[in-house]
Amino acid sequence: MNEKPEKLIDKKGLRLDGRKIDELRPLKLEVGVLPNADGSAYVEHGKNKILVGVFGPREMHPKHLSMADRMVIRCRYHMASFSVPERKSPAPSRREVELGKVIRESLEPSVFNDLYPRTGVDVFIEVLQADGGTRCASITAASLALADAGIPMRDLVVACAAGKVDDQVVLDLMDEEDKLGVADVPVAYMPSLNAITLLQMDGILAPEELEKAVNMAMDGCKKIYAMQKEALKTKYMTVKEVEE
Amino acid sequence: MPTFFEKKQLVTPGELLAEGDYLLGDNTYLEENKVYASRIGLVDCENKRVNVVALRAFYVPKVGDLVIGAVIEVGFNGWTVDVKSPYTALLRASDVLSRPFKPQNDELSQVLSAGDLIVAKIASYDRAHDPQLTVSEPGLGKITRGQIMRVTPTKIPRVIGKKGSMISMIKQETNCQIILGLNGVILVTGKSPEDEELAITAIRKIEEESHTTGLTDRITQFLKEQKVKPEEKVE
Amino acid sequence: MSSLITRVRKLQIAQTIEKGTRLDGRGLMDTREIKIEQGLIQKAEGSARILLGKTQVVVGVKIQAGEPFPDTPNEGVQTVNAELVPLASPTFEPGPPDENSIELARIVDRGIRESKAIDTAKLCIEPGKKVFVVFIDVYVLNHDGNLIDAAALAAMAALLNTKMPNYEIEEGEVKIKQGYTPLPLKSHPITVTIGKISNTLIVDPMLEEEQVMDARISMAINEEGNICAIQKGGSGYFTPQQIVEASKIAQEKAAELRKKLDW
Repeated sequence: MNEKPEKLIDKKGLRLDGRKIDELRPLKLEVGVLPNADGSAYVEHGKNKILVGVFGPREMHPKHLSMADRMVIRCRYHMASFSVPERKSPAPSRREVELGKVIRESLEPSVFNDLYPRTGVDVFIEVLQADGGTRCASITAASLALADAGIPMRDLVVACAAGKVDDQVVLDLMDEEDKLGVADVPVAYMPSLNAITLLQMDGILAPEELEKAVNMAMDGCKKIYAMQKEALKTKYMTVKEVEE
Repeated sequence: MPTFFEKKQLVTPGELLAEGDYLLGDNTYLEENKVYASRIGLVDCENKRVNVVALRAFYVPKVGDLVIGAVIEVGFNGWTVDVKSPYTALLRASDVLSRPFKPQNDELSQVLSAGDLIVAKIASYDRAHDPQLTVSEPGLGKITRGQIMRVTPTKIPRVIGKKGSMISMIKQETNCQIILGLNGVILVTGKSPEDEELAITAIRKIEEESHTTGLTDRITQFLKEQKVKPEEKVE
Repeated sequence: MSSLITRVRKLQIAQTIEKGTRLDGRGLMDTREIKIEQGLIQKAEGSARILLGKTQVVVGVKIQAGEPFPDTPNEGVQTVNAELVPLASPTFEPGPPDENSIELARIVDRGIRESKAIDTAKLCIEPGKKVFVVFIDVYVLNHDGNLIDAAALAAMAALLNTKMPNYEIEEGEVKIKQGYTPLPLKSHPITVTIGKISNTLIVDPMLEEEQVMDARISMAINEEGNICAIQKGGSGYFTPQQIVEASKIAQEKAAELRKKLDW
């Protein structure tokens, strides 16, 4: 068992991993990594390593789950047994079930699901390594995977968390800050429509602090959004390499 | 009333393309007088119509389309066919057998069974029903020889070329019969496997360079070069 | 089986909301009538039944000795489970908890846990070995919308009604004695759920409104007016401005209800 550090932010305003209050962890995004999936993406955000595969639109099995007037999105969030320090049972936990639901609800507003009635899209998220903020990184990658599958959407969905650590509002909590901090606020956002599609909070925040955290998270989202677009363009840019 | 892109720029879903009085082309949508892209692709504007040619899309059936599909299952009164679309297609027995159909007498699996490839046309399709196929026109029916390849459906028009110029040239240069399914499935039938491979390579090249200019000439050149040096074939 | 809502009804709901009222005559910011009954399940250590309009939820609290979590060896344990009982709605099917019941349980759990409603430090029997486990079981008996607020209210009311048995340790075993002590509570959080229909925010959505609404946001508020838990739900979205507006509404409504209930 690790010793609990007394302060999570030191006198110089630096956090346990040396970051400033409003600094994002290093992020890497890659699109089209799974040959068998219709769309896929891989994200490394801090120590998080998450893989997302998308299948569809395709006929739904079982058929009675399909809807006559729209496409149904199903989302499975799953953590590998070795993704956390103490081996986790592969059976879905209640947390994973809830996260599957909120992640699905964060992606649904982005997709034009009335275009393909009676079909389904399956989003499979595998967390290979977890270090705080997995739901946000998962959403960011899942949205890329949906775009990679050619599913028409209003905008990419990007997600980032902010929170309160010691007495300050900070951006992008890592694992220790998540566990030992005062509050954690994950936010998913569609920048072109100024739409928040996921918002959760646990901890204690005054309403003004909530507003500050949400704004900070949206700033983080906008930075990650630029990286999402880069990742998509990189994948398809190689197509453009030939001279005119 | 501005547009915010350069010709053939690569755009991503949610990217703002134009504001004001524009017509919506493929893969775009309108929100509060602004036109946005809904898929990743190359954007262009012609006669005030903002269009995005998608680099990644799946095939949605359209009545009259020629498609190539694989039989998945033999059912009671027809077959279910995979046409590489979100919807499975149906081919009714009554369409294939040119006489009234008797379930107890006719053995459907003798006509077509799982794994068979067919060339067909979309006879009907709407939001509430799966696409129905027909093979009752000349040139349609079971495929017995040749090689199958797949390209993104949005690239098929490029493979056809202006007034069919590209596809006729490939057929001529490779001596192959080529059927282009609008669902992105292509059948290449040649006199030898080498001829078929050559045609397939040419089509792959078109898929990769579809957005560039002077492509027809380049592919013609490529095919002529490949035929001259058969031992140094490029993979 | 599904409870289908007709297009005409959807239009009706949207139109009345745009005019500033709802189909049952309420204002946009009005909560339905609340009735609370405590102590109805004598065999439970605590219980409460809530009627929020026609939504009915019963919560039973059971307290048993158990093992603490390794990272909190001297603190009691809290666990919340929710059952969407099939008799509550034609859409509820028998079986293990589905994502809706899991989400409901976890939202109620967070509201109570993050506000530190239960003083878990006072639930230690033998440090590192034995603590009291507080089982909070939510049973939805009739679904007419806003299960979250009803369940959270019922859970809190049940906790307020909960009495722990007195005990002594005899040869390493917990022996129950005569008499009871009220469950030590530090806070009484109140959860407010706000729905969005036709770009308008409404408080305490009822079932028909839930079938039409774009999204909902629930916030648990403590006595200081601070927010302890937030959950956005539904396949729509909120603008940042609407989030700020919702947090103000939640604060106001929680304070109003707190006064009425004298919590």
